[in-house]
Amino acid sequence: MQALYAQLLVGLINGSFYALLSLGLAVIFGMLNIINFAHGALYMMGAFCAYFLLNIFGIGYWWALLIAPIAVGIFGMVLERTMLQWLAGLDHLYGLLLTFGLALIIQGVFQNYFGSSGLPYAIPDELRGGMNLGFMFLPIYRGWVVVFSLVVCFATWYLIERTRLGAYLRAATENPTLVRAFGINVPRMITLTYGLGVGLAALAGVLSAPINQVRPLMGENIIIVVFAVVVIGGMGSIMGSIITGFALGLIEGLTKYFYPEASNTVVFVLMVLVLLVKPTGLTGRAA
Amino acid sequence: MKTRIFASLLLGTAIGLAATSSAFAQDKTVKIGALSDQSGLYADLGGPGSTLAAQMAIEDSGLTAKGWKIDVISGDHQNKPDVGVNIARQWFDVDKVDVIVDVPNSGVALAVSNLVKEKNGVFLNSGAGTSDLTNAQCTPNTIHWTYDTYTLAHGTGTALTKNGGDTWFFITADYAFGAALERDTTAAVQASGGKVLGGVKAPINTADFSSFLLQAQASKAKVIGLANAGSDTTNSIKQAAEFGITAGGQKLAALLLFITDVHSLGLKAAQGLNFTETFYWDLNDNSRAFAKRFQDRMKNHGMPSMVHAGVYSSLVHYFKALEALGGNPHDGAKVVAKMKEIPTDDPLFGKGSIQPNGRKIHPAYLFEVKAPAESKGPWDYYKLVSTIPADQAFTPLADSKCALLKK
Repeated sequence: MQALYAQLLVGLINGSFYALLSLGLAVIFGMLNIINFAHGALYMMGAFCAYFLLNIFGIGYWWALLIAPIAVGIFGMVLERTMLQWLAGLDHLYGLLLTFGLALIIQGVFQNYFGSSGLPYAIPDELRGGMNLGFMFLPIYRGWVVVFSLVVCFATWYLIERTRLGAYLRAATENPTLVRAFGINVPRMITLTYGLGVGLAALAGVLSAPINQVRPLMGENIIIVVFAVVVIGGMGSIMGSIITGFALGLIEGLTKYFYPEASNTVVFVLMVLVLLVKPTGLTGRAA
Repeated sequence: MKTRIFASLLLGTAIGLAATSSAFAQDKTVKIGALSDQSGLYADLGGPGSTLAAQMAIEDSGLTAKGWKIDVISGDHQNKPDVGVNIARQWFDVDKVDVIVDVPNSGVALAVSNLVKEKNGVFLNSGAGTSDLTNAQCTPNTIHWTYDTYTLAHGTGTALTKNGGDTWFFITADYAFGAALERDTTAAVQASGGKVLGGVKAPINTADFSSFLLQAQASKAKVIGLANAGSDTTNSIKQAAEFGITAGGQKLAALLLFITDVHSLGLKAAQGLNFTETFYWDLNDNSRAFAKRFQDRMKNHGMPSMVHAGVYSSLVHYFKALEALGGNPHDGAKVVAKMKEIPTDDPLFGKGSIQPNGRKIHPAYLFEVKAPAESKGPWDYYKLVSTIPADQAFTPLADSKCALLKK
């Protein structure tokens, strides 16, 4: 039984990465209607950004949490301005193919220079060590990841669903022409939203750098799982993707305990089941 | 008009004759296919470095100056047996490849080995681990060069068990290599009086090992055997430190660890690990000279792994066999038979031999990763603990189930 608690907690930790990443995807899909396949590559760039900050400029983890999302977010905004904006109004498939191509290019460039084994990034001194919870030894850093990502997730949800800015944003998605008529710069708002979504991915990258190796392909596998999370949660639903992210982390954790061989596939089995029963996802509304 | 026809007929006959006579001279063209994981988790330990090692072997053989024409092509098997076999098939059928080298990932290697036999090519495997390549699934066309799961199991497994680590729990990569490594290590542990308490099979290319590590922790085994490779191993090691597993007194056995993995982990995380390899760049003057040249030409300026060294060394020996045959007969079984006949001697693995089952024999080394303070600079990572003599490093012929051995 003790082991089970431990597995649940570990699942929650992984779930917080899923939640952060799927949140960014949901924001981008919900507001821009773009299926952002470059999300995994941008997540990887966040981790590399933290690595560069530390090893080239001597800037540590805490500043990296702020700087990396901004830097990668700006990179994302450049992508949006130069490429993605021309796809507005076209079929989803165009955005998917473009971002997928971008992901391959970005990963290829990093792999060319840094190989595939990855680079080390240490846990910051303040978060070293762990505490004994009785049923398991919880590394402090992992506890921090759960708390921090919960805060970020709900802050993002609040921003979009409960503030005036968020209301503009949602309105712009529904009817851009009308919102423009009120004197709001819709294209700029969309660029900033893409930057926000990308920044969230980069933030997850920084958070994961001390746990996983900083590897060019670190986003390649996780992105597929995260897409499954978004589909299960309902495409574009902010709260749906947060809750599903954490829930799937838990379910994956349980699978690793009871039948580890299936732990890579359980998410997709669930996705198929959800799509069969409720094609719009758990919290999705019919289009 | 008549004379013109006659002249052209004469010319045609002359050309025909010339062609026949050149066919009598020995064919001196060789095509090498370096098949590896070029972009995934094994790309650093094999990948582009193996293609470079093959090129260096060609240059060092001096055969091009003697009129030989030798080319290398490379392919990416993406760790998928079907992709690997398709590339190999195309290489034999269309590109007329004579020899395939490297091929990490045991699943792909076993599939390719069968195809090479069918096509009567030569397979010099350096990257894969499974000892089945020269045991139950041996072929007259395959030579397994660098290391195998038996070496790893008997090097690290026996040493740790004898040093008091007599209870084991495995975290195993869920494919052919992991299964073979767990099987061979279990045998080695039990032979040294140890006990295996359990294990868990983790899918290949897992990012988060914490669930598996917690199960290993709960087993209370003294040694946690990591029967995996590449980034799976480095992630396990890093996360084991995070969960206080090593601090809690359990020891990690990284059964397969390459220098590229240690480099990626950093000495702080990797220090004190014991593991077995058959090559290290800083072993002697020859290995240092090779490593220096390799590093200068490698795009990411990495040091050669034992897999790279094996690709180089196996090709050096392959060229010797071709020279002894006086040309390339394009007959894989014949070339491999010749390779088994000549004793091996190269700058990286020293003197050795190839057993009838295709197993290359040389010493293996038990290394320990240095503490950061002991390291004199980048890539100065290992200290030698002990040397395992060649005759103990690989499956004894008496225990081999290879059909090529007439008993």
